[in-house]
Amino acid sequence: MAALTDLTIAEAGRELVKRSFSARELAQAHLDAMAAARGLNAFITETPELALQRADAADARFAAGEPLGPLDGIPIAVKDLFCTEGVLTTAGSHILDGFVPPYESTVSAKLRQAGAVMVGKANLDEFAMGSANITSHYGPVKNPWGPRDGRDLVPGGSSGGSAAAVAARLALGATGTDTGGSIRQPASFCGIVGLKPTYGRCSRYGIIAFASSLDQAGPMTRTVEDAAIMLGAMAGHDARDSTSAPVAVPDYAAALDGSLNTSLNGLRVGIPAEYRIDGMAAEIGALWDKGVAWLEAAGAEVKAVSLPHTRHALATYYIIAPAEASSNLARYDGVRYGLRVDGATLDEMYMKTRGEGFGTEVRRRVLIGTYVLSAGYYDAYYLKAQKVRALIAADFREAFQAVDVILTPTAPSDAFAIGERMDDPVTMYLNDVFTVPTSLAGLPGISVPAGLSARGLPLGLQLIGRPFDELTVLKAARAIENAAGFPLGGPSRAGATATGAPDPASARAGQG
Amino acid sequence: MPLDHSTVRTIAQLARIRVPEEELDGLAGELSAILAWVEELREVDTEAVAPMTSGTDMSLSLREDVVTDGGARDAVLANAPEAVDGFFAVPKVVE
Repeated sequence: MAALTDLTIAEAGRELVKRSFSARELAQAHLDAMAAARGLNAFITETPELALQRADAADARFAAGEPLGPLDGIPIAVKDLFCTEGVLTTAGSHILDGFVPPYESTVSAKLRQAGAVMVGKANLDEFAMGSANITSHYGPVKNPWGPRDGRDLVPGGSSGGSAAAVAARLALGATGTDTGGSIRQPASFCGIVGLKPTYGRCSRYGIIAFASSLDQAGPMTRTVEDAAIMLGAMAGHDARDSTSAPVAVPDYAAALDGSLNTSLNGLRVGIPAEYRIDGMAAEIGALWDKGVAWLEAAGAEVKAVSLPHTRHALATYYIIAPAEASSNLARYDGVRYGLRVDGATLDEMYMKTRGEGFGTEVRRRVLIGTYVLSAGYYDAYYLKAQKVRALIAADFREAFQAVDVILTPTAPSDAFAIGERMDDPVTMYLNDVFTVPTSLAGLPGISVPAGLSARGLPLGLQLIGRPFDELTVLKAARAIENAAGFPLGGPSRAGATATGAPDPASARAGQG
Repeated sequence: MPLDHSTVRTIAQLARIRVPEEELDGLAGELSAILAWVEELREVDTEAVAPMTSGTDMSLSLREDVVTDGGARDAVLANAPEAVDGFFAVPKVVE
């Protein structure tokens, strides 16, 4: 049998039931891998004691013949944007210094109730604002596929620690959150599967808010089947999130399994011409064409669709998301939690706390958001963006009259080096050009690893579906996965361990 | 419209973020570049379009107006930088 850390969630689950190994052994293998790969800086907080405790509880259930299901005893990483009871939760920000939530987010609670074993809190861009995981107060995350040409690569962002942890075999799966591409783009950069469900599919309760009309939690795994298993546990209506949808959750894994040997006969796949953007790298276009051929070979009917407002999606997003963020982040005032920098007056205390507590990208977005919401500019910027957002959503509704799923690239490039593209914020924002429209429309989207770039780095393809039709997205993604034969072996072992000695300040052992 | 030094200072004041004087010019340039970029939306005809104000088109549900939680004062205060006698403490605001 493969090393314990090379198993998929589905495989590990089956072996745990057979008692081929214990949940404690499986957890320990991942904790050892995590300790050996601290150079990646994928975790802000490691939770080894908690992991072993929960693994022992899983073993007791297996011994009693009462396992909880396919996630019982499975080691996972949790993005440090999910509040976890009794465990330091930072959002990658200085301003949440020392914050230990007295409660658990709904999604992490559901995974815990399904028996999943949290090994640590994964690093991320500060407040999930970024596409390269370089804005974290706890330092950048390194992509386990690097270095290339002597330079460390970014894992993408904002769920960069989650993506790096899954790709480097430090966890079998991870939670991510996606506001404009923060699950799908790092999945593409790290060669894993990342699924952003329909807005409302997973509860936002206990997830530190960035842009509330866009934020959505989802699974990051090494296979499409594993994504289906995790989504089944994470999804569902929650009365504590007013935008959580009272929609039944199908048994994704069973439905996917049942369709294992069936073709995609009858599935209509749309190809939006507007995504073939100027200056798109030839290899991205070539991979997209391959994806079309793979889906056709699997029996799907491929046709052109038009999403005419696509080119306005990024500008729309960079008004709406900062506006919502400026409002959400008003709560960090030095009074109730986290950092306080003393001042002579209340106002001075607020200003000093927020001045020192927020990093430069968060500050930039809060200021943009404050400006576009301010008197005299609200209609010109914010209201205008909300109207263009409606047009973008209408484009998708129209396209989905003719097709069942849409195929696009996930990102316009492979992983770039840490330090690149930092001179101009707008250049960095272009990373999300293919993922932002889906977010604005609230639709499900998945990135599935489909090939390697000329430099030998992973590239993903994105599949977009109708609201609450994650199942069709998963089925089409599995057809791509099967045809692509992407190396599940992932990055070389050397890549994961040759990134330097651990920085004692960057990975905090213990449970905070 | 490019933002100047003093506009950025005003926005920062509204957002309650202290920005060192020497960083105002750089920020003005960055914010102006972002605003210049999003100006492209002006060319989109949105005359008869209703704004999309939520990620979902479902209407908000109502629940019974009953107490569902409470009695957690100490847990609520546990993360406060300063708590005194069961209250959050802040610098004096009334003379």
